[in-house]
Amino acid sequence: MKSTTKHQETAPAVSAGAAGTAAEKGWGEPAGGEPRRGRFTRENVAKVLFIVPAALYLALFFGYPVVKNITMSLQAYTTKTFFTGEAPWVGFDNYATMFGSQLFGPALLNTGLFTIGSIAGQFVIGLALASFFKRRFPLNNFLRSMLLLPWLLPLIVASATWRSILDQDSGILNRFIGAFGLEPVPWLTSPSVALIAVILVNIWVGIPFNVTILYGGLQDIPEELYEAGALDGATGWAAFRYITWPNLRPVVSVVLVLGMVYTIKVLDIILGLTNGGPANATQTLSIRSYQESFVNFEFGVGAAFSNILIVISLLFAIIYLRANRRAVDE
Amino acid sequence: MTSASAVLKTRPSAHPRPGRPRPWARPTGSGRGAINTTLGVIFLGIMLFPIYWMINASLQPSGNTLNADFFPWNPSFAGYEKAIADQGGNLVTSLIVSLGTVLFSLVIAAPAAYALAQFRFRWINIALLAILISQMIPGIVIANALYAAYNDVGLLNSIPGLILADATHAIPFAILILRAFMIGIPPSIVEAARVDGAGLVRAFMSIVVPISRNSLITAGLFAFLFSWSDFLFALTLTTTDEVRPVTLGIYQYLGTQVSNWSAVMATAVLSSVPAIVLLLIAQKYIAAGAIGGAVK
Repeated sequence: MKSTTKHQETAPAVSAGAAGTAAEKGWGEPAGGEPRRGRFTRENVAKVLFIVPAALYLALFFGYPVVKNITMSLQAYTTKTFFTGEAPWVGFDNYATMFGSQLFGPALLNTGLFTIGSIAGQFVIGLALASFFKRRFPLNNFLRSMLLLPWLLPLIVASATWRSILDQDSGILNRFIGAFGLEPVPWLTSPSVALIAVILVNIWVGIPFNVTILYGGLQDIPEELYEAGALDGATGWAAFRYITWPNLRPVVSVVLVLGMVYTIKVLDIILGLTNGGPANATQTLSIRSYQESFVNFEFGVGAAFSNILIVISLLFAIIYLRANRRAVDE
Repeated sequence: MTSASAVLKTRPSAHPRPGRPRPWARPTGSGRGAINTTLGVIFLGIMLFPIYWMINASLQPSGNTLNADFFPWNPSFAGYEKAIADQGGNLVTSLIVSLGTVLFSLVIAAPAAYALAQFRFRWINIALLAILISQMIPGIVIANALYAAYNDVGLLNSIPGLILADATHAIPFAILILRAFMIGIPPSIVEAARVDGAGLVRAFMSIVVPISRNSLITAGLFAFLFSWSDFLFALTLTTTDEVRPVTLGIYQYLGTQVSNWSAVMATAVLSSVPAIVLLLIAQKYIAAGAIGGAVK
């Protein structure tokens, strides 16, 4: 698969590539009887036009926001700015405000706990379900694709639904544990459990994605390895430990790093469930960024918070790309 | 080979491999199969219970329905009546924005995907890397900057403004999914048309687009679902109730209407309809996208 792809990639390009290099070598080379082949032939211009709209879009809707966040974070960018058009430069004042705020430490800690807790839960349950669905049985494919549903629903719908389920007085979860004689848990109203509740909901949302990718990885492990292992007595847990896990590791690193990148920026679920409360117990960096910008209208401080998010995401992006390259090399 | 192209090649192809045997085709002990199917149904039941509960709660009589029964023995549609009265317009707004996002995303992404798959550009790997990284940029970063920019150009509270912003969820994903398919199109079929005198654009429209139908459907479905689910841009780029997607409607319900759960849940059910319908009727496209979605 890899080699054919490579082949097809180079094949159509032979003529264009040759023209390109000839043009680059410059005047010394005779034109070879094809004087119209150069950099700016109609053909080459048409080819570039295929990519221009997308390039413009990416520059305007991804490039510009990143740059704008950096400049905003160095300006006093407030409601006033929208009336006067003035946003005076203030150096690193916004960063000082951010690091000095009482909420910075807790938000950073919560972001870490939320991310690690969500990823760990999604991954363990996802791997267990993926291993289960590796068995052959009737309706396997159908059941597995229905499992995608939580992932496809709007996150705010998931938040609304879970808010009714987790309601302290009459939510179904507390009624359920009440049947076993347990005290009702104030899932979303107590600062000491709210973060756990939010993590549990995010685990539920992320399981389908983990199952899908890990199932794909499991399917790619050759059956012969297990057959050979079985001859040597490696079955059950030993088979998992010595065959499945080493072979799955490249996929695992991709799932985990992507999970980090996407969990760190989660906003919908927390806003829908707790709005960052109770008593700021579920504040994260992205909630801070949103609230500074769109609730307090301190866009400069909000941008400073989101720049921290960008830096963390980029770190994971680099890890992701390295993990992926290793996955290919192996 | 640079990392970007390597990344894309490790991803499974965008479409289910046709030759793969169906898992249950090989006869196994039928007793065991039945036990596993039962277990599978139980696991699925646990995972989908919240969705069942949402539907159940939406059919309870109005008022504080949190004390709902396990089954809506006396279904009441009062919640739906209120939901449609309050949120009907928002649902239509969401639908228009989502369809607009599908159209806009495909028009932008398909030619770019083809170029990245088939043309020889020197900077192709850099472009792919940029697309991968763009998917990792937090939405709040985009929202922060777009709010100021939209305020200047008058795109706040507008449907085109939301379409342009929602396409940030869809375009990088669509380019990657479409490119993964288009890389397999044999250049010879396009060249044959070129020999017959078709220009590059005509060859693209009359040959590449029809061949890529399935991957275009997959990319389009996900563009729809991403845009339909969008909450962040709805929340930040609208300030009045002129243009209000239903996700924002639900959020505002949560703030004001928690005493009327059946209406909240009915709106939630109505907002889930696209995902449920698409999963049932377009399963293979969704599965293809979910696997390609390793990059989502």
